[in-house]
Amino acid sequence: MNFQQKLRIATFSTAIMAFAATGGSALAQKKYDTGASDAEIKIGNIMPYSGPASAYGIIGKTEAAYFQMINDKGGINGRKVNFITYDDAYSPPKAVEHTRKLVESDEVLLVFNPLGTPSNTAIQKYLNAKKVPQLFVATGAAKWNDPTHFPWTMGWQPNYQDEARIYAKYLLKEKPDAKVAVLYQNDDFGKDYVKGFKEGLGDKAKSMIVIEESYEVSEPTIDSHIVKIKASGADTLMDFTTPKFAAQTIKKNGELNWKPLHIVTNVSISVGAVMKPAGFEHGQGVLSAAYLKDGADPQWNDDEGMKKWIAFVDKYMPGANKADSGLVYGYGAAQTLHKVLEMAGDNLTRANVMKQAASLKDFQTDVALPGVKINTSATDFAPIQQVRMMRFKGEKWELFGDIISSDGSH
Amino acid sequence: MELFINQVLAGIATGAIYACMALAIVMIFQAIDHLNFAQGEMAMFATFIAWQLMQWGVPYWWAFLLTLIISFAGGVIIERLLFKPLAKAPVLTNVAGFIALFAIVNSVAGLIWDFTIKQFPTPFGSSPFLGSQLISTHQVGMIGVTLGLLIALFVFFRFTRIGLAMRAAAAMPESARLVGINTGWMVALGWGMASAIGAIAGILIAPVVFLEPNMMGGVLIYGFAAAVLGGLTSPLGAVLGGFLVGVFENLVGTYVPGVGNELKLPIALALIVIVLVVKPTGLMGHTVVKRV
Repeated sequence: MNFQQKLRIATFSTAIMAFAATGGSALAQKKYDTGASDAEIKIGNIMPYSGPASAYGIIGKTEAAYFQMINDKGGINGRKVNFITYDDAYSPPKAVEHTRKLVESDEVLLVFNPLGTPSNTAIQKYLNAKKVPQLFVATGAAKWNDPTHFPWTMGWQPNYQDEARIYAKYLLKEKPDAKVAVLYQNDDFGKDYVKGFKEGLGDKAKSMIVIEESYEVSEPTIDSHIVKIKASGADTLMDFTTPKFAAQTIKKNGELNWKPLHIVTNVSISVGAVMKPAGFEHGQGVLSAAYLKDGADPQWNDDEGMKKWIAFVDKYMPGANKADSGLVYGYGAAQTLHKVLEMAGDNLTRANVMKQAASLKDFQTDVALPGVKINTSATDFAPIQQVRMMRFKGEKWELFGDIISSDGSH
Repeated sequence: MELFINQVLAGIATGAIYACMALAIVMIFQAIDHLNFAQGEMAMFATFIAWQLMQWGVPYWWAFLLTLIISFAGGVIIERLLFKPLAKAPVLTNVAGFIALFAIVNSVAGLIWDFTIKQFPTPFGSSPFLGSQLISTHQVGMIGVTLGLLIALFVFFRFTRIGLAMRAAAAMPESARLVGINTGWMVALGWGMASAIGAIAGILIAPVVFLEPNMMGGVLIYGFAAAVLGGLTSPLGAVLGGFLVGVFENLVGTYVPGVGNELKLPIALALIVIVLVVKPTGLMGHTVVKRV
């Protein structure tokens, strides 16, 4: 074949492909379920804008702003997103009431990123019975990855138990003779971590863990627990706590001049909202794992993805606190849904949305850490399963080691 | 033994937090004969005002002073606008008012300053005190301020005309009016002072528990326990009660198996119930006799 022939074949095949691509979609019928039309896609959401967990309300606000940005840019495949979000005050009965309203009166296509383990547990059966997607729920409980029993429910973030197993693996490798103290919040959140951690240690759990101490969210300070833990002679502290208490622990350890190998949860790694209030000097050497970038961390200032995020926050959420990890989280979750709806094309049925959500391949959001990719399949409803370990140094987290897959299989 | 001493010291340090709050509770109880459930949230809001002033570049002590003045005025305004109209209403109406105020102040603070925790500076530093690694200079400073405040209140209520007038107005409004005391304004004054003391408590507590809209939630319950234990009518009792609750809570949490950690908060609540049943006036309080 000479060059002319090659060129002709190339042109010809390009033409065929172009025809297949354009003509194909023009011929395919547009398919809609309730909540989708030529003009718009209705998405429902539940958030605790008031009540004890109102700190997370910022996630809903970020998602609303994200879809506003998408609409300003012309929408998804030409359709505007109508994002309807209600306040459940972190109360399961209210979550049920609002979910029914979203499905039966607002007639949304899907319910996206409803927040909280209790609220999601309360609405899961209803949504699955109605065959309405409960997509990318905002909780780290392990139970959302269960496509056999709940084919209309899917998680998003890495789950707490898996994260704890990663810490256990790390300890077994780096410090097998550690004397471990476990401090945990006395609720589902803390107990999930303890369960995963003990499973991760396996037979060695009994000999390695020297003290288990729990605290209630209502306690003003946890000084007394730290004093007790220090007296136990532990040299390693597993700190399964929420941000305020993680900051208190880091600060108290600093004041006591106690320097154990200290691991905090991924929930409590915000530089602006945990490490800075605790005092950078106290936080040196603290370990954790992450899957998202930190909005207040200067190391991402020149990062392409974070530049987009910063531009988004400046334009659509002026005055918002960039140190709030909810802004990063909401952006990442919304971008994942954006991708799924884009993939669904003109076939906007609930079944196809779930099918597309379960067909994500190596998708990376702007705010995910380099190398953390979203993968799903018909049997894998856990989108993010990769994290990286990191160590606090100076005024930022330094990533170390490779990407670790929390399920251990890939 | 070392653990015991450490827990007692940690208890005293935490107790200072409760004592501060208990003082504010006693103050309002002296003035209006009710407990103000929004007391903690008002203190939190005042602390945010101090924080905001410092963010704007106001030096610590000026911010402290300004916050006290703003809180005092705020307390008086709340009384004039919200609770003066409710003065004759049944107790339950007042309680509903307090709870509404609680929710409003909490949400407004969240709206203005959001819910991420913020660092609050301390004028005392946070290095170990006299080589002890269990109690920091800030906590010693806090105990000092609490005791100073206590003495000031004692002198105010015992020896000043206006202090005596306030006590009279709260205990026997009818008789107080007859001897020419403007009871309405005494109540407003009580609100102002309670609010200002709450602000001091908030400013002292924030460096330890970090500043955020929900920071006073747990503290207020322990503050109630401390005030009830010490006697709702006695500032000295309230402070003593604060330290006792702090130490008691730690020792029970450490040494009583089974009670352990899960029941730490119920201990405070159980304490309230037990004191109310066994000795309603508390350790230092006096019996209020009312003619009916």
